[in-house]
Amino acid sequence: MSSVALPRDNELRRGPDLRRLLRALLPAVSFALVLGAIAYLNPRVISYFGFTLMLNYAVPIALATVAQMFAMTCNDIDLSIGAFVGFVCCVAATYLNAAPLVGVAILLACVAAYAALGALIHLRSLPSIVVTLGMSFVWQGLAILLLPQPGGRAPVWLQTIMGYKPPYVPLPIVAAVIIAAVAWFGLMRTSYGAILRGAGGNATAIHRAGWSMLWARTTLFAFVGLFGVLSALALIGITRSADAHLGDGYTLLSIAGVILGGGEFVGGIVSPIGAVLGALTLTLASTQLLGFLRIPPDWQVAANGIILIIVLAARVAISRKGKA
Amino acid sequence: MSAVVAALRRFPWILSYVAATLVWIGAIAYTGGEGAGAMLTTALSLAVFTVVVGVGQMFVITLGPGNIDLSLPANIGLASAVAMKTMDGLDSNVAQGLAAALGCGFAVGAANYLLIWALRIPPIIATLSASFIIHSIDIAYGRGLQIKPPPGFADFTNIQFAGIPLLAILVALFAILAGVALNLTVYGRSVLAIGQNARAARFAGVKVEPIRFATYAMCGALGGLDGALLAGYFRGANVDIGNEYQLLSIAVVVIGGASVAGGKANTPGVWGGALFLVLLQTMLNTYGVGAGLRLLLTGVIIVAIIAAAGGEMPGR
Repeated sequence: MSSVALPRDNELRRGPDLRRLLRALLPAVSFALVLGAIAYLNPRVISYFGFTLMLNYAVPIALATVAQMFAMTCNDIDLSIGAFVGFVCCVAATYLNAAPLVGVAILLACVAAYAALGALIHLRSLPSIVVTLGMSFVWQGLAILLLPQPGGRAPVWLQTIMGYKPPYVPLPIVAAVIIAAVAWFGLMRTSYGAILRGAGGNATAIHRAGWSMLWARTTLFAFVGLFGVLSALALIGITRSADAHLGDGYTLLSIAGVILGGGEFVGGIVSPIGAVLGALTLTLASTQLLGFLRIPPDWQVAANGIILIIVLAARVAISRKGKA
Repeated sequence: MSAVVAALRRFPWILSYVAATLVWIGAIAYTGGEGAGAMLTTALSLAVFTVVVGVGQMFVITLGPGNIDLSLPANIGLASAVAMKTMDGLDSNVAQGLAAALGCGFAVGAANYLLIWALRIPPIIATLSASFIIHSIDIAYGRGLQIKPPPGFADFTNIQFAGIPLLAILVALFAILAGVALNLTVYGRSVLAIGQNARAARFAGVKVEPIRFATYAMCGALGGLDGALLAGYFRGANVDIGNEYQLLSIAVVVIGGASVAGGKANTPGVWGGALFLVLLQTMLNTYGVGAGLRLLLTGVIIVAIIAAAGGEMPGR
């Protein structure tokens, strides 16, 4: 537990503004740095097709990151999102393709299951980290039951959506802007969004003001489920066939993306735009940048960890500079 | 009745042994009593690996809210490779190999603590970032080389006396020592005090940061030891050898009756929880349940137990 120092008078007047600005810019700066490095190493990729290829997988990762962000809004964490994405991919490649109505019903049930999980966590005051670790077994088990061997086929309409080439601006960038805008508006600009963030910041205050913490957490977890489903649909639209382990890396990527984007573990401090930028940065850095630097793929996972540590170190440095 | 409730509140770990016995009976009822002893022997040999990391994780979790080590799977994987490479298949190098695994794990634990302390980030993110890096180091270092353990070491991990594995006896002794360390030493009492209220502990003169360092480093070293033992038992190091211990190490702490919020721990429960989880797998296996359903049921049962136990124990 780190102690929280109370700000001194002069800090209250001018310090925090500068610090807050620097901190808010950090996700954008990290993204620009990685993009700049790639452009320097290989200028040809800075084109319509270059971005489409480089950022293809950023769309499902960004959606999973936003899902994780909703869990972190109320100081929870979802360690099952990767297994969940894998399961939904299997549903999409089987039922959603063969029997669309059954498929849609299963997906709705998935979102309802997430909402119920949020309610359970709240009612029994359970540690979300343990519950979701257990749930990751559940989703993984269901995925293997549904699709023991890799296979299935994504619905054609999903492939069409993910293969769409909008004029001038590549699809991943359009999608990222839409995802960020929707999440930002919902969480940062609506009154209930403020309540949801307050649920993570000061649950007692929200409760005393007459809002139900049970509903807040249930709503947030329903959104985790919803964005998890969307992430899987985007992923299956790209890969075209499913595998129970398709989403395995997404748990770690989504947590890293939220933190990279300026989110905090406690206090309801999250940033939807930062989270999407964080997801884009991780996608670029861990796959493209290393490829251009000719670093063997063994170190791709490490790159995620190192970027995370560098950004967190920068954040600490900014906070300390603000204090001086 | 109230005496039973009072006893359960004082010794919450009893429940885990009751649950373990129930699933064991469930398994032998199906086979008509056949293989009951063999089932216990297997359960003891497999539970050992969960107990070693479970005890480490328990000390970390006891440090208080947010303290957790998510780097154990990567740590175990790397240490298993380090141990097998150092031993190089020679019985004469076993001691060096074990020392190397312990050292490797200790270094991982120390690095975890340094990240938490220097960057002031929650342990979950620090250990997660560290595990990314450790995992990559392991892939680059291990490079798919399946190095066999020395025959003497592999045999050692499989020795049994009258159906009781030698490792199980050693780890039972270790668990007793850990229990004594937790309840009767200055170190253990400090860990509990920090978990109950870190500020109060600091004001009471507990050296909070050195204790936290020691705890993370010890948990790392135990992960390293576990990696070496696993590589001996399963006859070869492997990047993914520790994967299941992410959930298992945390689950046994919770099932054993320790508080996830910290400040309250018990060592017997780690053994009980580990036996329960292993016997649960055995039971599902004897029923001939497939991999998917087995995962599903394990997950459902773990979530159900945690939900039934509840987060905040009344009358703590």
